[in-house]
Amino acid sequence: MTGVEQLGDRPELLAVEGLTKAYPGVVANSDVSFTVAEGEIHALLGENGAGKSTLVKTIYGLVRPDSGQMRMSGAPFAPAEPRAARAAGVAMVFQHFSLFEALTVAENVALGMERPPPQRALSARIRDVSEAYGLPLDPARLVGDLSAGERQRVEIIRCLLQEPRLLIMDEPTSVLTPQEVGILFATLRKLSAEGTAILYISHKLEEIRALCDSATILRRGKVVATCTPREKTARDLAELMVGETLTPPARPAPAEWEGPPALEVSGLTVASPMPFGTSLKGIGFTVKRGEVLGIAGVAGNGQDELLLALSGELRSAPEMVRAAGHPVGQEGPNERRRRGFVSAPEERLGHAAAPAMSLVENALLSGAIRRGLVRRGFVDWRRTRAFAAEVVQDYDVRTPGTHVAARALSGGNLQKFVIGRELSQQPAVIVVNQPTWGVDAAAAAAIRQVLLDRAAEGAAVVVISQDLDELLEIADRFAALNEGRLSAPRPVQGLTVEEIGLMMGGAHGMHAAAGDAGEHLHAQA
Amino acid sequence: MIGSIDPILLIASLMVASTPILLAALGELVVEKAGVLNLGVEGMMITGAIAGFIAAVETGSPFAGFVAAAAAGAALSLIFALLTQFLLSNQVATGLALTLFGIGFSALIGQGYTGIRPPATPRLDLGPLSDLPVIGPILFRHDPMVYVSLALVVAVGLFLRRSRAGLILRAVGESHDAAHALGYKVVRIRILAILFGGACAGLGGAYLSLVRVPQWTEGMTAGAGWIALAIVVFASWRPGRVLAGAYLFGGVTVLQLNLQAAGVAIPVQYLSMAPYLITILVLVVISADRSRAALNAPAALGKSFHASS
Repeated sequence: MTGVEQLGDRPELLAVEGLTKAYPGVVANSDVSFTVAEGEIHALLGENGAGKSTLVKTIYGLVRPDSGQMRMSGAPFAPAEPRAARAAGVAMVFQHFSLFEALTVAENVALGMERPPPQRALSARIRDVSEAYGLPLDPARLVGDLSAGERQRVEIIRCLLQEPRLLIMDEPTSVLTPQEVGILFATLRKLSAEGTAILYISHKLEEIRALCDSATILRRGKVVATCTPREKTARDLAELMVGETLTPPARPAPAEWEGPPALEVSGLTVASPMPFGTSLKGIGFTVKRGEVLGIAGVAGNGQDELLLALSGELRSAPEMVRAAGHPVGQEGPNERRRRGFVSAPEERLGHAAAPAMSLVENALLSGAIRRGLVRRGFVDWRRTRAFAAEVVQDYDVRTPGTHVAARALSGGNLQKFVIGRELSQQPAVIVVNQPTWGVDAAAAAAIRQVLLDRAAEGAAVVVISQDLDELLEIADRFAALNEGRLSAPRPVQGLTVEEIGLMMGGAHGMHAAAGDAGEHLHAQA
Repeated sequence: MIGSIDPILLIASLMVASTPILLAALGELVVEKAGVLNLGVEGMMITGAIAGFIAAVETGSPFAGFVAAAAAGAALSLIFALLTQFLLSNQVATGLALTLFGIGFSALIGQGYTGIRPPATPRLDLGPLSDLPVIGPILFRHDPMVYVSLALVVAVGLFLRRSRAGLILRAVGESHDAAHALGYKVVRIRILAILFGGACAGLGGAYLSLVRVPQWTEGMTAGAGWIALAIVVFASWRPGRVLAGAYLFGGVTVLQLNLQAAGVAIPVQYLSMAPYLITILVLVVISADRSRAALNAPAALGKSFHASS
């Protein structure tokens, strides 16, 4: 609907010139320039840490640049705070939602507006606008009770009620099923046709090719290319973004292993220990030795609880979880570790690692049992230091030394350390949640490769992830969590994206704004 | 002998006994709804008690005393605000330090004021209402601060539920990061809430030294600040329940004093601990539905905020 040749006719809306922002030790943006025309869908493409978030925070008035300037419709634009940016017509949908769980939808929307109408009038407007854009919402519901997709609708509606000229979307599809992505794209196209410019931030290449009119590609804070994504292949874009060629992980030949399944879960039903958590309902699957089971699902559908139930932090009836035929549901994490369970939760700081403790101490925390680091109640520090050094060495963790506190490591490096620490314990059952979240492409490929290597050595691997591409790349079988229930696992071979989307719960009651939701799904495959 | 207790007088004195805790708890409720845990209520109360006492004695005006008490409580809470909001010190430790400081500081400046009677706080003249049978003595023969505290319950309730400023305050207490991302001044809002909490605690303290007792003695708050803190939590951060909790505590206190005076054959120690036990028990039962209580609890309570992320 919006050809590139028309772009020249449209007036310029936002111009960014020579923007530079440095933090201690890192230059987040270096001399960044680009323009967005009215009604244009413009992509900002780059890896984690490439500087996309800093750039949009500058445009939204949350970060002040060190140098450089911006113009909005030709006039100088230097918002000192988000309020000024909103007044100039900029609205933003955040990557990590800026919502308040204990407040209602209407209250959340009111908080994002300068002069909200009274609650009753606002509720009526929320209903009207949400219906008009195919994103139905009940203004009286608590946000804490909504699904991730519904929460994003709240953010979008909050932006739309301000009638923005520029809508910034920071990684909007990471929490959506493929069907929901299709509906979101239809909504964005409708907005674009009405003249609203959209700055779309993502590292998902096919999405950008399907949706965006033009793209600015960032690498380590610098603009490395500006292009029309439809004229490039996904591979071209990936190489521009990463700056090197990537090799997909190699699959060792599958081996046959004797004995009962390494992990059997049947009828696993436990209440969530967290407020606004999702309880698990009748989950069942088996994983054989040497097999990788991929579990997909939109965030907040029971992933955290499933990891807790498998690691032993959340206990269940004994028969609900079996390891090599033994009932272990009632056992805690340490007993399960003795049987060869290792796990890496999604939250790195505070769950997988203690932030203020050194890498050596963190290595001890989970490696004590299987690596024999404690003798008669006393810590064997020499062996513990050697274990931590081994993990740092083998998994290419970039750190000045093993005495460094866990919180001082970058997200990707800490993730490599956590995964390495678990996988260096001769595991029989590996459970990981979001193993490559926030990790750069090269490190992510390395982590996937070790998971496959451990499987080849006979471990049963359960990978919980919201990255479908990752699951399709490494899993043998595939299942999806939806509202605490798990779909029946199916072989990955021959699965279509449409089927995966339905396993994840389909469109969760949304309906398309312009009736063309289906077409983008193919681009996802 | 129990028959010697006059129920009308009992209820009337219940309202007087409850007002200090009610004022302090309402202030702390607003502070906690903004996501700040200030354990210094006891220290701010006793500082307000002595500041109000001195001002009232020196000027001869109880009104000046209450104003000075609110100012002194707010000033003490400002120390807490600077330490926790700008220097990012731990809120629990800072609050405890504030309590210890307040108790010591009030003893120091109050040295010349023991054994003096403050000027009497006049009762509000409500004309014919005060002469009504039963209802008159219970409801309409009090000093103005009792009515101020009741009005404050309604005002805080309406502010938090209905006003935009109250919505922003709750949002800051729920998730300071999200509120900051939307452009709200988290630190400024929290400092204002802390000052309000300090002023309320100061008023509560002054009510003790100017009306309830009325006299200055060292350590005279005797844990009232801690009870106010407990009431806020067990009342699930609701002004109406804070009122109920404070009046329950005040009621049992007055009742047990009357029972002691009437010479009931229960050891005095049991009677003295009764208000604390009964209040906590009743509020625990009321807030037994954990999921609903958690919903009302400010999610960012006690967490430090810095705009660096």
